Parts: sequence; structure tokens; C-alpha cells
Amino acid sequence: MSITEDEARKVAHLARIRVEDAALPALARELNGILQFMEQLNEVDVEGVEPMTGVTPMRLKRREDVVSAGEMADKILKNAPDAREGFFAVPKVVE
Amino acid sequence: MSDLNKLTIAGARDALAKGDVTSVELTDACLTAIEGAGALNAFVHKTPEIAREMARAADDRIKSGNAVAMTGIPLGIKDLFCTKGVESQAASRILTGFRPEYESTVTQNLWDAGAVMLGKLNMDEFAMGSSNESSAYGNAVNPWKGKDGADLTPGGSSGGSAAAVGADLCLAATGTDTGGSIRQPAAFTGTVGLKPTYGRVSRWGVIAFASSLDQAGPMTKSVRDAAIMLGAMASVDEKDSTSAEIPVPDFEAALTGDIRGKKIGIPREYRMDGMPDEIDALWRQGAEMLRDAGAEIVDISLPHTKYALPAYYVIAPAEASSNLARYDGVRYGLRAKLGQGDGITDMYEKTRAEGFGPEVQRRIMIGTYVLSAGFYDAYYNRARRVRALIKRDFDQAYAAGVDAILTPATPSSAFALGSMADADPVEMYLNDVFTVTVNLAGLPGISVPVGQDAQGLPLGLQLIGRPFEEGDLLNQALVLERAAGFVAKPERWW
Repeated sequence: MSITEDEARKVAHLARIRVEDAALPALARELNGILQFMEQLNEVDVEGVEPMTGVTPMRLKRREDVVSAGEMADKILKNAPDAREGFFAVPKVVE
Repeated sequence: MSDLNKLTIAGARDALAKGDVTSVELTDACLTAIEGAGALNAFVHKTPEIAREMARAADDRIKSGNAVAMTGIPLGIKDLFCTKGVESQAASRILTGFRPEYESTVTQNLWDAGAVMLGKLNMDEFAMGSSNESSAYGNAVNPWKGKDGADLTPGGSSGGSAAAVGADLCLAATGTDTGGSIRQPAAFTGTVGLKPTYGRVSRWGVIAFASSLDQAGPMTKSVRDAAIMLGAMASVDEKDSTSAEIPVPDFEAALTGDIRGKKIGIPREYRMDGMPDEIDALWRQGAEMLRDAGAEIVDISLPHTKYALPAYYVIAPAEASSNLARYDGVRYGLRAKLGQGDGITDMYEKTRAEGFGPEVQRRIMIGTYVLSAGFYDAYYNRARRVRALIKRDFDQAYAAGVDAILTPATPSSAFALGSMADADPVEMYLNDVFTVTVNLAGLPGISVPVGQDAQGLPLGLQLIGRPFEEGDLLNQALVLERAAGFVAKPERWW
């Protein structure tokens, strides 16, 4: 498989990273180099092997479904680039 | 006492207990050393006021008889750990000015034990790198130099931690290890670096890179110090759902120096084509040292080793692309300057393009690609299946009675800063070839300085242990450390 410039543009958009058109050929080349390295994985017989999700065979911990922390809007907003009246502020989302 | 910053944790603990030295004195010695080491660019946020206050409190605690092993010990903290009110940027522009409103579990555990924070340490951006050159702060520099005097990398991603410990700017430092980021820099700087078993140390408050692989650990001047510091860092933490419900033992008590009858495996697949003779010789010497101490050396096979790097470079970027989605210009750090009429998607895209460096962008995009519809099975699921086989290799070796595995820590000694600038990204990834299997399998691994190359640069060996048997692993590492007798220190040039 190899990545075209169009696919590189699509990946960049999916990742929400602005890449100028002029930079797309180099990006596609780099991504292809890395993907080529990954192609080695196709040599491995993985028939019947379950994809591994975690290293310890442990059931995810359960806890009571109760509020354990909260009432700290000020702290949560403290590092926001733009916060107003207890909310995160962002550019217009809907026209 | 002079040169207090050169003490080990164990040495300082004993001196503090006897009243030969105070934590304030230790801390001042480190702060002075840090001030004189700007050329190493290891400490990127210094916290001298906090350090002196913590040191005074530690001295009071010692006087009142309530001290534990880490009380009064001055430490450096990798920039990846969230520290309340102190910049925690993961060496990224995108977290410019971020001061967490909370403290990571690991650092809280250390402060609860009475340790002293000297400041935050340089690293590769979001822990993605093997040379510390992807840092928004500029690279840290290795205190060691080769014959030609060129500036060398301290390794990465915990390069600032390794440089700081290697240059005696602190008694020890925290690091994190996703593919080798504690063990490779330790090997490059003649220091000890331990990656604990996945789940031993809480990940809460440690800025996430690849959640199924990340693990924090100690970077120290001796194996004993690693045992002491791991004991203070580790805990069962309800805030981390992957924190293992296994009590934290006294790791230092496991350091008996007796490894008679232990079976140490030498995996033949780690003998790579083109491996430098020096590394090969060091590896043989290490095996001899363990044999002389009464261990049994056995050849073993870990057949899927070759596929660890490609599997890692699917899985780690996939998890990173998801973890780093939160840096969107809304909640913390940088927001790009927007033009008239720019909408929210422009804000995301511009912020992330400005805020992330090239290596982080590359990994996010690779991760996005391998998780995208149509490629998920071909790349991501296949890599996770290969990961299961890599873990099975280790499980089978341990089931056959092997107690630990000895390998080189790195394929070379520290290389010159800038020397990989024109290299293919994959060439840089090869630095992790001996360490990355350990993260994929969730095992504990430790890098111990064992020798020097022809240029006088430190070389390390890695011991890989059984899950949650860090005590045994540290004991084997202690035997290796004693037999190797590595005492060299970098000549001060900074």
C-alpha cells in the first residue's frame, strides 16, 4: 500500500493538522517510508491469535457509580486560552 | 562535606539520618550545580523556592524522627509529570504556559515521602524521540564527550533526566518509558534506569503518549537507589484503572547480592547483524559476570523479536493519535491566532500545526492512518496480534524456568547531536530495538552501566525480569553493577 498526496491530505485533515499543499509530497513520502517498514508485519502468521488489548490479564476495575470529584469549574477553566462566564469559549461552530 | 550533589540516595539518606548533613545543604548543593550547568539544558523549569521550602520541611521531619528513605532527597522531575502550579509542558509548544491544578500520583507519592523538587527536566516532545532533539526547549546535552569533543545526545526521551543524574545536578530523577525512554538515556549517560512492570506505577497525572505502553520509573546513580526510589514511586492507585492491585514490596530488602542458581537467558535473536563488536563483547562479559556469581546462563529464543519495532510503530502512534486529540486549543495551552472568518476546524488545524513539532505530527498522522477505516485490520489489529506473539515468546521463556534475560541496552553508545538530522525517521526508531519488546510485553527492564567503548563513552546492559518481580530483577542488576565496577564519571566541561 502506498499513500498518495490526496490521501496524505485526508490523513492530515482527519488528524486536524493543517498541512500546506506544498508540504504534501514530502509528507506522503515520509509516511510511505514508515508504512513500508511496517509491511514486515505481513510476514508473521497471526492465524488464530487474538489482538492484544492489555499486558495484564485483568478485568477492568469497577467502582460505584457515584460522583467522586466535581465542583471545580474554576480549576478546569484555569488553563483555557479563552474562558468566559464559566465556559470554554471557541469560534463560531454553526452558521 | 563537599560535593553533596554527588551523593547517591542511599548515601544521602544515611548522612541525613546521622545528622552529618541537612536536606537544605543537599538541596543548595544541587541548586548550585544546576545554576552552573546551563550548557546541558537539562533543567528547563527551575523551582528553587519550592525546593528550599520542601527541604526545610524535610529537615523538620527528620528531626522529629518521622523520616523515610526518600525524606530530604532532592530530585529532578521529567516535564511529562503534572506538578501542581509548576509548568508541565511535555516539552511541547502546544502546552505553553500549562500549569496543572493537580499533582501526578507519582510525584505526590514522592513528596509524601519527603522528597524535594528541584525543577522540571528536558525531554523529547511528548516523549516521542530517542535523542531529546524533538524538545520545544531545544535539546539537552550529554555530560559525556567522545574524543572529538562533539556535543552528544543524552538519549531520549528522558534525556534531561539522564543528563541531570549523569552530571550530578540532582541525586536522582523521574523518567518515563514507552519504548526505551528510561533505559536508552540511562545507558548513554552511565546511569541506572528502571522501567517497572506495566501497572506497578500509576500513570495518573503523567501526560499520556501510548497508554498501553507508558510506565514511569526511577533514573539513578546506583541500583540500590533505583530500588529505594521505585518503592516511593509505586502504589496501588484507584485513579489509574490499569494500576495493578499488587502490594508494593520492600525492593531494597531484595538486594541480597545472591543470585546463585538463577537462570539467565541470552536471547539469540538480539544478536543483530552489524552489531558493533564492543556491544557484543560487553554482552558476553556481562553474561560471564553473572555466571561467576553463580547464575546459570542459558541460550533462549524469542522468535518474534524482529517484529517488535514495526508492531510498536503501529501501536504507539495509534494510541498517541487518540491521546493527543485533546490538544485542540480549547482546554489548555496554545491557541493559534485566527483569521477573520476562521471557524472551529481552522482553530483545531492551525493550533495543532503550530503547536506540535514535526515528529509528533508525523506520529499522530501515522496513528490516524492505521486507525482509519479500511486500514484498521491490516495495520492496527495485525500489530496487536504480533504483540500477543511477542508477549508469548517471553511467557514461554519464563515458563521454561528462566528468571531474567540479559541483552544489550542500546545498539551503540551516545551519538552526536545533529548526526541523525538527515536520517530517515525509521533509522532513529532503531535505537529502541533492544528495549521496545519489554514495553510490548509489559515486563520490567533495567539498564545498568557495565563498560565503556573505545572513546570512553558509557555502555549499558539490560536485564529483563518476570512481571512484578522487580525485587529479583534489581538484585540481579546489583550483582552486575558490583561485578562491572563502573565508576567512571564525565569530565566536567560545562
